[in-house]
Amino acid sequence: MERKIGETLLSVDHISLSFGGVKALTDISFSIREKEVFAIIGPNGAGKTSMLNVINGFYHPQEGEITYKGVHRKQMRSHEAAVQGIARTFQNVALFKGMSTLDNIMTGRIIRMKRNLFWQAMYLGPARKEEMENREFVEDIIDFLEIQAIRRTPVGRLPYGLQKRVELGRALAMEPELLLLDEPMAGMNIEEKQDMCRFILDVNDQYGTTIALIEHDMGVVMDISDRVVVLDYGKKLADGSPDEVRANQDVIDAYLGVPH
Amino acid sequence: MTETARIDKKLDTIPKLLLDHARRRGNSPANRHKDLGFWQSWTWSEVAEEVRNLACGLAKLGFKRGDKLAVIGDNRPRLYWSMVAAQALGGIPVPLYQDSVAEEMVYVLENSDAKFAIVQNQEQTDKLLEIKDRLPHLEYICYEEPRGMRDYTQEFVFYYKDVQQTGRAFHGENPDYFLQELEQGQGSDISIFLYTSGTTGKPKGVVLTADNLIITARNSIDFDNLTSDEEVLAYLPMAWVGDNIFSLAQAYVIGFCVNCPENPETVMTDLKEIGPTYYFAPPAIYETVLTKVMIRMEDAGKIKRSMFNYFMELAKSVGIRILDGKAVSFSEKLLYSIGQILVYGPLRNNLGLSRTRLAYTAGEAIGPEIFEFFRSLGINIKQLYGQTEASVFICAQPDGQVKADTVGTAYPGVELRLADNNEVFYRSPGVFHSYYKNPESTADTKDAEGWVATGDAGFFDEDGHLKIIDRAKDVGRMTDGSMFAPKYIENKLKFFPFIKEAVAFGDEKDYATAFICIDIEAVGNWAERRNLAYSGYTDLSARDEVYDLLQECVESVNADLARDEKLSGSQIKRYLLLHKELDADDGELTRTRKVRRRIVAEKYAVLITALDDPQQTHCEIDSQMTFEDGRTGNVHADLQIRESVRIKSHVHTLAA
Repeated sequence: MERKIGETLLSVDHISLSFGGVKALTDISFSIREKEVFAIIGPNGAGKTSMLNVINGFYHPQEGEITYKGVHRKQMRSHEAAVQGIARTFQNVALFKGMSTLDNIMTGRIIRMKRNLFWQAMYLGPARKEEMENREFVEDIIDFLEIQAIRRTPVGRLPYGLQKRVELGRALAMEPELLLLDEPMAGMNIEEKQDMCRFILDVNDQYGTTIALIEHDMGVVMDISDRVVVLDYGKKLADGSPDEVRANQDVIDAYLGVPH
Repeated sequence: MTETARIDKKLDTIPKLLLDHARRRGNSPANRHKDLGFWQSWTWSEVAEEVRNLACGLAKLGFKRGDKLAVIGDNRPRLYWSMVAAQALGGIPVPLYQDSVAEEMVYVLENSDAKFAIVQNQEQTDKLLEIKDRLPHLEYICYEEPRGMRDYTQEFVFYYKDVQQTGRAFHGENPDYFLQELEQGQGSDISIFLYTSGTTGKPKGVVLTADNLIITARNSIDFDNLTSDEEVLAYLPMAWVGDNIFSLAQAYVIGFCVNCPENPETVMTDLKEIGPTYYFAPPAIYETVLTKVMIRMEDAGKIKRSMFNYFMELAKSVGIRILDGKAVSFSEKLLYSIGQILVYGPLRNNLGLSRTRLAYTAGEAIGPEIFEFFRSLGINIKQLYGQTEASVFICAQPDGQVKADTVGTAYPGVELRLADNNEVFYRSPGVFHSYYKNPESTADTKDAEGWVATGDAGFFDEDGHLKIIDRAKDVGRMTDGSMFAPKYIENKLKFFPFIKEAVAFGDEKDYATAFICIDIEAVGNWAERRNLAYSGYTDLSARDEVYDLLQECVESVNADLARDEKLSGSQIKRYLLLHKELDADDGELTRTRKVRRRIVAEKYAVLITALDDPQQTHCEIDSQMTFEDGRTGNVHADLQIRESVRIKSHVHTLAA
């Protein structure tokens, strides 16, 4: 059954980013549409992570414009991005190692909690109700990601593949409209990769979340993405459907190399 | 439900029992299932309504008396209700093992003519869709968990709750239908098909009636004084007969609450949260638990460890006597209660067994030290002997008469008989109706008077407890006529940590002999502590010191055997320590680590001849072995043969 891909959710226009003299991104433009799975690929150092950092406001580009949900901005701010429904996971898992899976995912709900510290500490009245509602939401995610058995386990004790899953859970807890995944499958074995693919597709299908991901594993990218953009040395080489990208000569050259 | 008042007094089917509980204890919990992080519960009256709605929904889809309903999934309340709903309509539930791959399910689904299937989730639905073309009888599939099922548009696939919704409407239009159908049910009706796992040949569908299950359940409730306050955790496969007794029939007869774990991986946590009062597990689980405790104690600090060791030693003598109601001195009692606070209580709590009043094990021989460990903690663990064909119970140990090496006395209502070759036969109210569509096998197993052959050989000890010794076909006779049960002797040997494998010989021989394979880890460890250097398995097992160590084990087994008049003749006279481990790669073991007796006997014929010849004190052998990388090589060894002391007879020694 075909999913309904909608209007443009986010577009970046002529983005350039440099650190001193180093140009990380040069004149990048593309757009991500609602409810699609969008992949950013490219060799090491191509600027993929920088691109994600620009989108969620971690880096501020010198030139260009970001349009999210129809609002034009010169740059995103991290906090704004979060409130506006952009969540992300990191290439190197960034969880609170000493906290349990449940607590880690609960932190993703903080943005949705309205009561102040005092009420939360008292655990009374509205704060208590709010806590319970949020816990319920988190339990849905735990069920969805099939991590019930590690609910109370400190995440530092979990294998890498499961930590990645917990991190995805925390991002989902924010109820994002746009989910940015930085190499969600790095360092995983085949089985873990398959599980992760299934979860990404299920998130997209069930919650209708738009997903932008960076991935090295070409097989995975081509299988699950609706559209792909290819970066190389901070420049855009191509974008389009997986088949179009696969047939693009520039992409083939970048990945397979050309005789000099 | 007001109509519950109308059902007849004779509670002879599971659905009738359900309505009775809904009336008498409508507000007590009948089922719990941990979902979304907390225990969701249903009272008896809620369950009655759930079952009614489901049954009416199934009826609306065309489910009729005599139709078969396949049930596939982990232990879930909704799947248990599915079975009861089918029974309420006069249909027959057929639970399948949820781990089976699609191919394995074909036979059972086809053989049972299943028309409906209620399954847990997408995974099971996919399996059925894969094989549906080959199952002409299968008309409808109904799934319990909607996740991932949005794109399944087949008109024969339904969501559980939608079926219940239709059922609710159907009940509104036909308010008498459900009760009328339910009341037609009788004790003699077929209640369930349970397929035996079929390690040899095709699985057989064991047909059990409502009487089989309910009368057996009533007997077992009396036997163990079960009450409606029990809490059990349903975690063993629903397709297994035990689960149908422990989590369904007993619960519906007496009215206790059955708890379903969140998923198979969370069972240990869920066990701790529920704290069952009544618990069943196969020996392997108790063994794993014991090993885990021991390993964790090794890592514990010195104070904790010595405290643990001291109190466990105390518990071995005192705890077991307390449990058996025997005399205990005041100081022992005092020490034990200190131990209770410091060690036993916290340990039981950690294992999830704080409230466990009664625990059962069955299926395999359980090591005496495992048995002792749990009993010394005050957990009344007992053994039972059962079969699918008997609705579980054939024998069980009555309270206060528990021994590690028997399976107890005949269960209430069960008659036992031993054939000349010591095969165990039984007759009981639980004896199965037949094998479905398989009259030949039925006739082979059950005779006209209702006696069922178990295929197991056993005998009664001096207290009238049955000892199961081996499969009847493996039991032989020695030349002097005494019984020889190889597996029984081998198991006794294998209970020693130093012995990994053992193979005993004695059929049609003058005396019994044995091959023993040492456990390289345990013996290696022992050797290290004694500064005994060795170069490998072959070297270590040829050492005199090791022979001396094993001599003790063999002689203690002999002493054990001597205690049984019937087995006394099969004490081991000569044995040797094999120069290599028995290995599945060499075809000596099956993949599940069972000894292939015939292959071992052929391969090591020279050794057996040498053991049989009292003149020989050693024997040379060349044998081939497969290394882990697949290459084969020859091993040459000169094996020492030892004689072990045999005890004439326990009775005689006492007299002397």
